[in-house]
Amino acid sequence: MRELKILAVVVVFTLITYYLVEPFAHGQMHKHTEFNNFNYNGKSDIEEVEHKIAVAKAANEPTEELEKKLEEKKQFWADVEKIAQLQGDVAAGEGTYAMCQGCHFEGATNMGGVTPPSLEHAGSLYDKKYLIALVKNPAMAMNVDHKFKDPAMHPMGAIMGMVTSDQDIANVVAYLKAKKAGEVTSKEAFVEACGRCHADRYMKWTQVGFRPAAKEDIKTGKDINMLKFEQKVAEEQKAVAEYMGKLPPDLSIIIRARSEHFLKTFVEDPQSQLGGTAMPRTGLSKEGYEKVEEFLADSGDAKRHERAELGPKVLIYLLIFAIFAYLWKKEVWRDLH
Amino acid sequence: MAHFTKATSLHDWLNQRLAVDTLRRVLAKEYWIPKDINFLWAMGMVLAITFGLLLVSGIFLLMYYQPNVNLAFDSVNYTIMKEVEFGWLWRHIHGVAASVVFLIIYIHMFTGIYYGSYKKGRELIWISGMLLFVTFSAEAFSGYMLPWGQMSYWAGMVITNLFSLGDLHMNGLVEWIRGDYVPGQAFLNRFFMLHVLLLPLVIMALIGLHFGTLRIPHVNNQEGEEIDFEEEAAKYKAGKKAESKVIAFANDFLAKDMFVVSVFLIFFFYLVFYHYDFAMDPVNFDPADPLKTPAHIYPEWYFLWSYEILRPFSTNVGLVAFGFAQVIFFLLPFLDKSPNAKPAHKRGLFKVWFWVMLVDMIILTAMGKLPPEGIFSTIGLYAALTFIGLWIILPIITKMEKEV
Repeated sequence: MRELKILAVVVVFTLITYYLVEPFAHGQMHKHTEFNNFNYNGKSDIEEVEHKIAVAKAANEPTEELEKKLEEKKQFWADVEKIAQLQGDVAAGEGTYAMCQGCHFEGATNMGGVTPPSLEHAGSLYDKKYLIALVKNPAMAMNVDHKFKDPAMHPMGAIMGMVTSDQDIANVVAYLKAKKAGEVTSKEAFVEACGRCHADRYMKWTQVGFRPAAKEDIKTGKDINMLKFEQKVAEEQKAVAEYMGKLPPDLSIIIRARSEHFLKTFVEDPQSQLGGTAMPRTGLSKEGYEKVEEFLADSGDAKRHERAELGPKVLIYLLIFAIFAYLWKKEVWRDLH
Repeated sequence: MAHFTKATSLHDWLNQRLAVDTLRRVLAKEYWIPKDINFLWAMGMVLAITFGLLLVSGIFLLMYYQPNVNLAFDSVNYTIMKEVEFGWLWRHIHGVAASVVFLIIYIHMFTGIYYGSYKKGRELIWISGMLLFVTFSAEAFSGYMLPWGQMSYWAGMVITNLFSLGDLHMNGLVEWIRGDYVPGQAFLNRFFMLHVLLLPLVIMALIGLHFGTLRIPHVNNQEGEEIDFEEEAAKYKAGKKAESKVIAFANDFLAKDMFVVSVFLIFFFYLVFYHYDFAMDPVNFDPADPLKTPAHIYPEWYFLWSYEILRPFSTNVGLVAFGFAQVIFFLLPFLDKSPNAKPAHKRGLFKVWFWVMLVDMIILTAMGKLPPEGIFSTIGLYAALTFIGLWIILPIITKMEKEV
């Protein structure tokens, strides 16, 4: 039938245009970054240095430093792998964990740029190998070692002098995995893993906590407690911005500003998507990331469940409308042919 | 004082005052449309419905939107998307309709070109349609500024910069348009005014004009056949409907239109619920930041072809080519010298011209989005030259056309 042929032509040209402008063009614009399934084995860290060596060689620049770095990284992640094979002793780990609590506790304050996170759900949120790497050498684990000449200068660098033996590392990680691994909500996941640097104004989260409900003084219209809170936020933000180089972005609507793939790969290794960024790797496990993602979706795409529920109803309604429209057309055109 | 009698019914009361029977006859029952048409003839109705969706959803958004550089982003992404009941639905309808309306406009335009519906008395239909296209473009652009995201800001920057007109260095004009050295509060306010008042008024007036220009030459038909509308209408009225070459606008034409509209709405709401991303660029979900230029700045898909006519050339040449692309479609009825108002497949070389033009514009669209590097740059340049070349040869090949 002629009409269907014409429709096919229209549809084909529309789809070709769509394909070129959307999937094809975006595929060309954004470099592909491989996703390692939240498996922290230093693969992308090593590839990153290898890539830098190749670039330096092509530009006839010296590569000695980089070659050294490469060996260092390979050795580091091989050691992490080795420690991961050890049997950790939870009871012994608890003793070691007491040292962590010197900095990591509820209500901790800013130390050298950031506030040490609560470790209440560390066992559920973070990957085991990542935690091992983190205790062994924080700057290396977070893939921000390029920012520190001496890894001990990292705000958490002191741990390298405190927990030194492989067995101790295995023990404390075993303790976190066993005792700090309760059920975690999406809110806790975001607050602990992201919330010390990133605000989320749509969820009323600031770097120092959730914004309290405003209670104005009716006589002046000013809320003195809120002003004090704002000052605290401003001071914390200043410290974070000075340490990071700039204030990390508010994540209110990041879920719609970046693709799912970008967010996943960025969290897994920030350097892979944004070379030179000050953002550290947080080491979220697959489960931990899902919780964070849920929080971000609640923040930036809050009505997704409503949308999923309403969609089929609207389409069914329109389908019925189309059937009636077709019957009406048939009826009207009966005399016309 | 005119003579009025006591009304026998509400209908009679209205009829004496508004001549509703006459209106109905002139606008619907005896407004004759050729019978030999296909679903492409329903695109006008689809456009009217889409414009209605834009208008209604826009009114709801307008109730909560704040035209202020500090509040605009959150009034859209927080207030409308999270706080207002079904605000997300209105916004997605508005955003998707703004994109889809251009798809339908392009289908409508290429239908007109293919069937020669701009010739022999139908020139004004084409010109008023092109005026609508330009006004819709301005409406889409001004609306895109309003959420005050990164792409709003930087697209506003790039497009207003064009008005410096290259080596003429008319920076004063750019500042005058922006009301500031860079896009800011004055810029946002005036584009808000354009988007919600002036341009919609112009669009509505132009829609009226577009309908008016159709009345005397009538709608074209699939074979480009010249119809004696009075004779065919007489047949229709005498009850020989099957024999007559015309149908009434309502309900004959309308019944077919509504079926096409219903199919369109299924497609449209599928996009609204399941595939809205193509119409709402992720980059625009980052708030406007004058200190951070996005890695890739590109307009919405429907402007890409003309953007790509600007881009492959040096500044001055590019601007001339861009200006050419903006006005040349207006001249189509006068550049097509053929005596035939027939569909392209009956017109020899023009048929080739049509398909090359269509494919060339799709290539320009794709290259307009891709980064201007390497092979894409080269393809873009040749596609832009082809576009200009096609318009230069149009009068020649149509002059050579034999009357059929």
